[in-house]
Amino acid sequence: MTGAVLSALLGHWRRNPLQLFTLLAGLALGTALWSGVQAINAEARASYDAAAATLGEGSYGQIVARDGGEIGQETYVALRRGGWLVSPVVEGRLGPVRIIGIEPLTAPRGVGPLGLGEQADLGAFLTGEGQIFGRADTLAQLAETGARLVDAPDVAPATAIMDIGLAQRLLGREGRIDRLILAPDQPLSRPALSTLAPDLVEAARQDGGDVARLTDSFHLNLTAFGLLSFVVGLFIVHGAIGLAFEQRRPMVRTLRALGVPLRRLIALMALELVGLGLVAGLAGVALGYAVAAALLPDVAATLRGLYGADVSGQLTLRPAWWLSGLAIAMGGTAVASAGALLSLARMPLLASAHPRAWAMARGGVRLAVLAVALLALAGGLALWGRGLLAGFAMLAALLVGGALVLPPLLGQALRVAEGRATGVLAQWFWADTRQQIPGLSLSLMALLLAMTANVGVSTMVSSFRLTFTGFLDQRLASELYVSASDAAQAADIVAVAGAGVKAILPILSVEAKAASQPVEVYGARDHATYRDNWQLLRSFPDVWDRLAQGEGVLVNEQLYRRGGVDLGALVAVSPRLTLPVLGIYGDYGNPLGQVIVNEAVFAGQFPDVVALRFGLRVDPSEVAALRKTLRDQAGVPESAMVDQAAIKALSLSVFERTFTVTTALNVLTLAVAGFAMLMSLLTLATMRLPQLAPVWALGLTRRKLALLDLVRAVVLAALTGALALPLGLALAWALLAVVNVEAFGWRLPMYLFPLDYLRLGGLALLAAALAALWPAWRLSQMPPVQLLGVFRNER
Amino acid sequence: MPLKGNTMLLSLRHVTKTYPRAETAVFRQVSLDLDAGEMLALTGESGSGKSTLLHLIGGLDTADSGSVAVAGIDLTPLDDAGRAALRRGTVGVIFQQFNLIPSLTVAANIAFQARLSGRHDPDRARMLAERLGLKDHLDKHPEQLSGGQQQRVAIARTLAAAPRLVLADEPTGNLDEATADTVFALMCELVSETGAGLVLVTHSQRLAARLGRRLHLGAGQLIEGLAV
Repeated sequence: MTGAVLSALLGHWRRNPLQLFTLLAGLALGTALWSGVQAINAEARASYDAAAATLGEGSYGQIVARDGGEIGQETYVALRRGGWLVSPVVEGRLGPVRIIGIEPLTAPRGVGPLGLGEQADLGAFLTGEGQIFGRADTLAQLAETGARLVDAPDVAPATAIMDIGLAQRLLGREGRIDRLILAPDQPLSRPALSTLAPDLVEAARQDGGDVARLTDSFHLNLTAFGLLSFVVGLFIVHGAIGLAFEQRRPMVRTLRALGVPLRRLIALMALELVGLGLVAGLAGVALGYAVAAALLPDVAATLRGLYGADVSGQLTLRPAWWLSGLAIAMGGTAVASAGALLSLARMPLLASAHPRAWAMARGGVRLAVLAVALLALAGGLALWGRGLLAGFAMLAALLVGGALVLPPLLGQALRVAEGRATGVLAQWFWADTRQQIPGLSLSLMALLLAMTANVGVSTMVSSFRLTFTGFLDQRLASELYVSASDAAQAADIVAVAGAGVKAILPILSVEAKAASQPVEVYGARDHATYRDNWQLLRSFPDVWDRLAQGEGVLVNEQLYRRGGVDLGALVAVSPRLTLPVLGIYGDYGNPLGQVIVNEAVFAGQFPDVVALRFGLRVDPSEVAALRKTLRDQAGVPESAMVDQAAIKALSLSVFERTFTVTTALNVLTLAVAGFAMLMSLLTLATMRLPQLAPVWALGLTRRKLALLDLVRAVVLAALTGALALPLGLALAWALLAVVNVEAFGWRLPMYLFPLDYLRLGGLALLAAALAALWPAWRLSQMPPVQLLGVFRNER
Repeated sequence: MPLKGNTMLLSLRHVTKTYPRAETAVFRQVSLDLDAGEMLALTGESGSGKSTLLHLIGGLDTADSGSVAVAGIDLTPLDDAGRAALRRGTVGVIFQQFNLIPSLTVAANIAFQARLSGRHDPDRARMLAERLGLKDHLDKHPEQLSGGQQQRVAIARTLAAAPRLVLADEPTGNLDEATADTVFALMCELVSETGAGLVLVTHSQRLAARLGRRLHLGAGQLIEGLAV
């Protein structure tokens, strides 16, 4: 019996290959976008994890110099003798490669060559020419070092690991250490750090590497995009499965009448769906791999440029990733088919065998009420919700509510248009368009979500760009930034530059703890550069004067939110000084809290800290000459001088890469939505014949009917776009003002980009027109005999 | 090009039609004349080609050979747009399946073809609705009506456009006998009042007998008179 039933069920797909293609393609495309984005994220995260594992970040505490400088070999020896279980690390760059030197005998487990595979040979690592571990492409750049090169794919991209002695030699920093890794278990009897090494400070273990935290926002956007794309695909699958089930109602009734048990029938249909889901999932994962491979170089460049995070530009096929791609395809099929299977299970044996208007918004009023309730929930969560979970719940309620409210809103709009139409054709056009909405509602919802995602993510990325470039203007007000290698060179820089510049702004900072948060305390000179350029989010009226007089501090938004230090709240700058908050400034992309005090206050609290970095204010036309003077007279290497224009140009070029990624995803999502529309229109084309044939018989040409169909698709896309715009802006607001704040502690201002929205609207209309073109062309070429089939009495 | 005097409404000359992928013609060398005001019943077995002949006359389909002329207009050289214009203005077709436009109200359906042809007369539409018993259903949509009511709407739609030739393809085939009789009588009465010609395709010998002229289509040929 099973074989006979399966053959009857599968016969439907043989007779409706287009429907089968729609189902498979919809699921495959949705899975492709989702798994493609996940592949990019997984690759980037794997790179961060490799970096963190290599350096012991995230797993072990560390000891660093209080002023951020180097640690002397003798201090390390003193600590070891005092009982501290620490291991030294030196770090630097050799061309494009990040060199990391470790001491394997003292390093905690998991750090160093012992965790790097079978080729690790401790003896060879420590003695002779030494060993260098890294990825093949990294090692290729270190061929002239003379050391034995060992391919280790698990090492972070553009990173090489070696014994500390070899690293110090290669970097020209013999006897110098950057930081010390702390073993997790330390002897209780060891003396206090402040006694043995008062210049060192213990840095708390972080939950994740800085790089990972910095880039989380970027990945969150990509994930949101991937998820939305998958939902768009899900709508296509839902439509295809719904149609297939409705069309098979007569067959189901017949099979049941012939004695096939309902339970067996449902199980076989579920089995059929599992098979289809597997095929589509595999195709989707393969497509996703292609999408990820195409986008990864741009993503890698973006992350490297924006955050300095090294991400491999090459994709690895990770089992966790393709298995999750398959799982999401199967889950999507289950979600999309649950309703249809349930409806089948409840169908009485003698129910109407005719396919109902399959896509009719069954319980349209109920759905409209649900949509309004979801939108109200989203509004409520926006007003009163707290936490990241509430933020995501709000996003989900907003998007699902927005999608569900689309059909009734379109119906109302078309009813109004029909009421105002004067010509008979216009009247029919609007009435007929309204009648098409149930059949097109799923693909229109998919289009709505695609456009919403585009508006939302574009607004967010563009707002980020605008804010970030404005922020760079603020923060990089000085024309030239110079770093000194030590205090003597710092003094030389001040002496040499002093006469030729408008101002020298020392950059002083120490790591500390304030409001129970790890923070960086900066000392700022009272200068117009800050007063004129810095825009504070909130402040007291005479903030700069009071800061200059040492009456308070400025804090960044992160500290204000995480530490709960509002204007007027007291902040402990050091154990001996507590000052009130005078102002709060935006500090985008920085995971840490910051406190700014006046230069004199800073010097009073941290007398040992010497400024090694300076911002030099100079006429832009004199930057080149100043660089030459500093190089020639103070011995400052070119690499220690960065001019403002170069940094901004680099930042902007990085953003262009970011836009390449988001634009590609925008186009892909719209393409998926356009595909959904094409499939719906092709499916409806046959079902619509009984409605079109009479109009043709009454005197409208096929060409005119086709043209009207084309216009109809464009009109529906335009109306959908009209709803997508406010919904997309709400999505952007939710991402910027709720999710970002909850996830990262800072809020981005939202800007509007009308021209971008117009361009997107144009693209959506083009996608709709292209989707309608083929069905319209087919209608215009349809043989009269096919239309006449509608009138045949013996149909 | 007038073909036969001023009262000649329809003229078929040596018309042959073969269905796509069929080996033999459904009818061959068929000729037929119909005067204005004349009512003709066309009978025949299922598949004999009655509806196809009606479709050729209505400009819904094209003949393989021969000529079809309606109200002096030769359909043979007409393109798609020309045949559409003929359907809008000169002929009116009533189908067995009613084929109303589901998205429009009854009132809009009745006015539809008349408005397309630019001959919409609200008084005439109102009168037809009243005579056909549709006055109380004008704001409803087709799916809210019974089969008999839907067929009356289809008749009103055709007659509101005041066509010179009415083509009716089994217009009562979907109705019970009593309803069919009522609808048929009303249709004939109204067509007669307009002076239009009528070609009625039917299986029913009883209804066919009530028209002035009968033709039988069988074995690809038209036979004047009673069905064999």
